[in-house]
Amino acid sequence: MRASWLIAILVLIAAIWPVATFSGYHLFQLTMVVVYAIAILGLAILTGINGQISLGHGAFYAIGAYTTAILMASWDVPYWVTLPVSAVVCAGVGFLVGLPALRLGGLYLALTTFALAVAIPQVLKHKAFETWTGGVQGLVIDKPEAPFDLPLTSDQWLYLFSLFVGVIMYALAVNLTQGRIGRAMRAVRDHAVAAEAMGINLAMLKTRTFAVSAMYTGVAGSLGAIAVAFVAPDSFSVFLSITFFVGLVAGGAASIGGTIIGAIFIEFVPNLADKVSKAAPGAVYGVILIVMMFLMPKGAGGFVADMWRKLVKAGGR
Amino acid sequence: MEGFIHQVISGIATGGIYASVALALVMIYQATHHVNFAQGEMATFSTYITLTLINIGLPYWVAFLGAVAISFVIGVAIERLLMRPVANAPVLTSVGVFVGLLLIVNSVTGWMFDYTIKQFPSPFSGKPMLGGFLSGHELGSTGVTLAVLISVYLFFKHTRLGLAMRAAAFNPVSSRLVGVRVGWMLALGWGLAAAIGSVAGCMVAPIVFLDPNMMSGILLYAFAGALLGGIDSPLGAVLGGFMVGVIENLGGAYVVGTELKLTLALIIIISVLTLKPSGLMGRKVYSRV
Repeated sequence: MRASWLIAILVLIAAIWPVATFSGYHLFQLTMVVVYAIAILGLAILTGINGQISLGHGAFYAIGAYTTAILMASWDVPYWVTLPVSAVVCAGVGFLVGLPALRLGGLYLALTTFALAVAIPQVLKHKAFETWTGGVQGLVIDKPEAPFDLPLTSDQWLYLFSLFVGVIMYALAVNLTQGRIGRAMRAVRDHAVAAEAMGINLAMLKTRTFAVSAMYTGVAGSLGAIAVAFVAPDSFSVFLSITFFVGLVAGGAASIGGTIIGAIFIEFVPNLADKVSKAAPGAVYGVILIVMMFLMPKGAGGFVADMWRKLVKAGGR
Repeated sequence: MEGFIHQVISGIATGGIYASVALALVMIYQATHHVNFAQGEMATFSTYITLTLINIGLPYWVAFLGAVAISFVIGVAIERLLMRPVANAPVLTSVGVFVGLLLIVNSVTGWMFDYTIKQFPSPFSGKPMLGGFLSGHELGSTGVTLAVLISVYLFFKHTRLGLAMRAAAFNPVSSRLVGVRVGWMLALGWGLAAAIGSVAGCMVAPIVFLDPNMMSGILLYAFAGALLGGIDSPLGAVLGGFMVGVIENLGGAYVVGTELKLTLALIIIISVLTLKPSGLMGRKVYSRV
């Protein structure tokens, strides 16, 4: 327990240090790592801990991003006020999507959410919502400046702000998953019937988990929209959902710390692979997915945790 | 009224393509209880093989059959190499492997044949037929699809190999005891599914044009068709595919407009799964705890 606190603090120190030393673009990349980490965290709560597979979390990310963008562009709402709003909106949508998902076992849920991910750009482009969403063109929003005349550039401030939100989200997630509800989620994943017999309300737990998961990914979407300062339907294609899934698997589905590794992976690997060829990022993702499934089913996070446990055991002896 | 009939008939023509992809999905689902998310990309790859064979100067039908044969081999190879180790793994693992396969096939297609949109020839004349209701290609592709569906039916009902494949899917343990090589039957099933997918790809490519993401929408309609008909019933999947084709065309023309056609597939999937999860012709599955 104490060791994991130590790791968390070390990670935090390592995360704050770049503010002073990194240039604008690298800071933006790190901001996106934080954003992706929160999004994958949402997916990990649903898929890794509760056992409901979603291939469509890009849809919630898109809804969060659009909530923020519409509030900022149409009503001039300050950027930080949009986060709780989009959390509420996405939790609501997640709850509604979770309702039919109750009747769907693993594979069918994966299929339905996959369909959701394929369909969402079309809905965003649709004429009926064009006055708010800006249609195919999307929306441009202003990048926030540092408040109280702090001597920070907008990139530095944005990174610190995302980090702050991220720390809160991670603390909440750790709290949630290690407590009574977290144990109930794992029980449902491992044996739904036994969990029900022990008095867990399956329907309530599953839909609420879906809502929490959608909320996390939605808040990530909002942060992402603020960081990029632009939203458009085509940036939320099915490939985004698959990217989150890849990040989840790479980090380790049931590992909270692993989501950070997954986020680093999906932010930097495509950039490196892109230099080889346009087709390379997809191929790398695909190969990684299959190799992870065969060799490291618990992901990088699970692998590190296992190694750590072995190390502690050896040290204790 | 004439417009309505036109929509229904051309819905049936596209429905045939959905029906064959749905059949390919169901064949793999029946035998392994996996849904092949990569079915669409595999079909696209096969279509590119056909185009390559045509470009090196082979006549259309030779290239077509050649691509079908190559797809069959690829399907068997994928089952042997990738799917065999995860046959009894948890759902998350199999979904991961299938999504990985989807990404790899998609990238390999883009890398080998580049991302530009290509025209694909049709072996049928473009003249309108049946009193102007249907183009020659639509009529021809419906004919080809029906021929494929009927021969698959005859194969499973009236050959020893088809019987062995059905037995392997229905009860692997008992089939193994009577001497059926269950593993090879699954591989054959994969090969057949890939071959059927390649036919569907070649039939749809002249209409939607060929690019690496050609089948992603079609895969969604095929999912909807397979679920509508019942994911463990081949006949149901075929009927479901045709129905989705008609629903999609009528919905696109009269209700939601062409921009929301994919959303229509999503709505079909969600309504089937919530209202009648076993589909129109599927069996209800009971499990002991």
